[in-house]
Amino acid sequence: MTTWFPVALMTAFAALVVGLMVTINAIVGPRSRDPVKGEAFECGNPPSGSAWRRFSVHFYLTAILFLVFDVEVVFLYPWAVTIRQLGATGLVEAGIFIVLMLAGLIYALRRGMLDWS
Amino acid sequence: MQALGPLILSWRSVLAPGIVALTAVVTMLVGSGLSEDESESVGWIALTGLVAAAIASLAASGDHIVTFGGSLIIDDYTAFFYLLIPVCSAVVVLFSFDYVAALGLPATEYYALLLFATTGMMLMAGAGDLIVMFLGLETMSISAYVMAAMAQRDPKSSEAGLKYFLLGAFSTGFLLYGIALLYGATGSIKLEAVAQMVRKHSIALSPFVLLGLGLILVGFGFKVAAAPFHVWTPDAYEGAPTSVTALMAVGIKLGAFAGFIRVLLIYLAPLHAQWSGVLWALAALSMTVGNLAALAQENIKRMLAYSAIAHAGYILVGMTAGRSEVGPALLYYLLGYAFANLGAFAVLVAVEQAQQSGTKLDDLSGLARNHPMLAAAMALFMLSLMGMPPLAGFVGKFYIFSVALESRYVWLVIIATLNSVVSAYYYARVIVAMYMREGAERQAQTRQPTLLFALAVAALATVIIGLLPHPYISASSAAYASAEQVLRPATAALQTK
Repeated sequence: MTTWFPVALMTAFAALVVGLMVTINAIVGPRSRDPVKGEAFECGNPPSGSAWRRFSVHFYLTAILFLVFDVEVVFLYPWAVTIRQLGATGLVEAGIFIVLMLAGLIYALRRGMLDWS
Repeated sequence: MQALGPLILSWRSVLAPGIVALTAVVTMLVGSGLSEDESESVGWIALTGLVAAAIASLAASGDHIVTFGGSLIIDDYTAFFYLLIPVCSAVVVLFSFDYVAALGLPATEYYALLLFATTGMMLMAGAGDLIVMFLGLETMSISAYVMAAMAQRDPKSSEAGLKYFLLGAFSTGFLLYGIALLYGATGSIKLEAVAQMVRKHSIALSPFVLLGLGLILVGFGFKVAAAPFHVWTPDAYEGAPTSVTALMAVGIKLGAFAGFIRVLLIYLAPLHAQWSGVLWALAALSMTVGNLAALAQENIKRMLAYSAIAHAGYILVGMTAGRSEVGPALLYYLLGYAFANLGAFAVLVAVEQAQQSGTKLDDLSGLARNHPMLAAAMALFMLSLMGMPPLAGFVGKFYIFSVALESRYVWLVIIATLNSVVSAYYYARVIVAMYMREGAERQAQTRQPTLLFALAVAALATVIIGLLPHPYISASSAAYASAEQVLRPATAALQTK
């Protein structure tokens, strides 16, 4: 119980500070509403067009492809860290993994995933 | 090294699912290099891989290995499903050849995903920890979502895929949360360690264990399409291309029940008092909802979807009993159910092809005159699903119900028996339509040797498994007993000496 007391205190304090800031801001802060303020924020440019736009499906495909290879690299990190302990078995397993990923890349290329015409 | 633990890898033990996965990759690579017309022949690659996997499983039976740090269990239970699942997928491939071409499905992706789904089903059967089980479930489900939506020109297929995906993903969340809670309460994802913790420390009543158990039940309930988690089933089964529906009704049920039975009946057996009540309700509801709703269906695929829900209910009756005597009955029942269903869907595929028609009950009118062999086969499968005496469906039902009765679940068995009677009506309706109603004269005949072969396999299996049940029951008993050995480590050790 005593070990967790500082944590509880910290939590209570954080909640108090945040609550105070929000409350004071709501009471004291000035308010003005005008059309410019109500606009969607687009990095300073005046917003144009509808937000309900269609995106080319290519974006999704590229995102999936990115995800595949990103995740591949992430999975190679733990192998790299424990490469000595895992030895030959680890090498073979990582090899299988990379070959499978390459198969995926070849498939994606053949299906024209990187073909933007 | 200590942190990694002993890394015992038995490559031989993953041979069968490995072959299937490798074949999937090969199919994908070869098929994508071919033109659209040529790529239909990759079905033969898929078929070869599945047959090779089945042979590899036969060769590996009798092994008892826990490998990959406890993630995979190779015993006769695993071998049973490692043999059955590729065979079922191979039958689906056999009746897919012309159907894929006729519907204009992308052949490469179709066969590759079918193989990936098969790999997932096999992993579920052999999983020794909850994460591998989850991995298998996802591999199987994600492939199936895509396959359900594969007939892009058919809005119903897209609807089926989307509904299946949304509800499937939702249910996966339940399962994963349940796994997380069980892990939190017991400190392990390994099924064996979870079971030991539950048995030793009597943390059965810890709220986390119970909550985790409940969520796992919900997750599996979705996958096996048990009421009240069945709402996706009719739409998904109806909209998906018929061969994909066959895979969903057979392969996915096999995979999900393989995992479900192992987790619940073997590893979480000490919690029987906690889960049997829930399963009782699930079983009663699934049977009643499935059978009553099936009565009103005009589309045979939809009717078979409700019939699949009802059959999940019958299997749950057995699981509710939870005694080790019921294990073989469940495996045997799955065996009979798988082939009768595969056959029924094969007939539907043939009818769609031969008559250029849909799968409404009216489309089967007069089938006995136009295609007597198809009609006879369909009647056989309907009778087996109904549970008529010489066929596999009867023996399985009888076996399950009698064990449930011995376990004093009298009311549940009464509900099940009444439901069986109700089900006779809608199965018989199909037979009546085929034999006693006049249909339009349809001349179009397509000769498909592979489809006929698939039908013959399913029909022979349905008859033989029912007429000569003993070898199959003893195989089921051996399979279940070998999975159960983990519960009695002391006696198991004595037996081996």
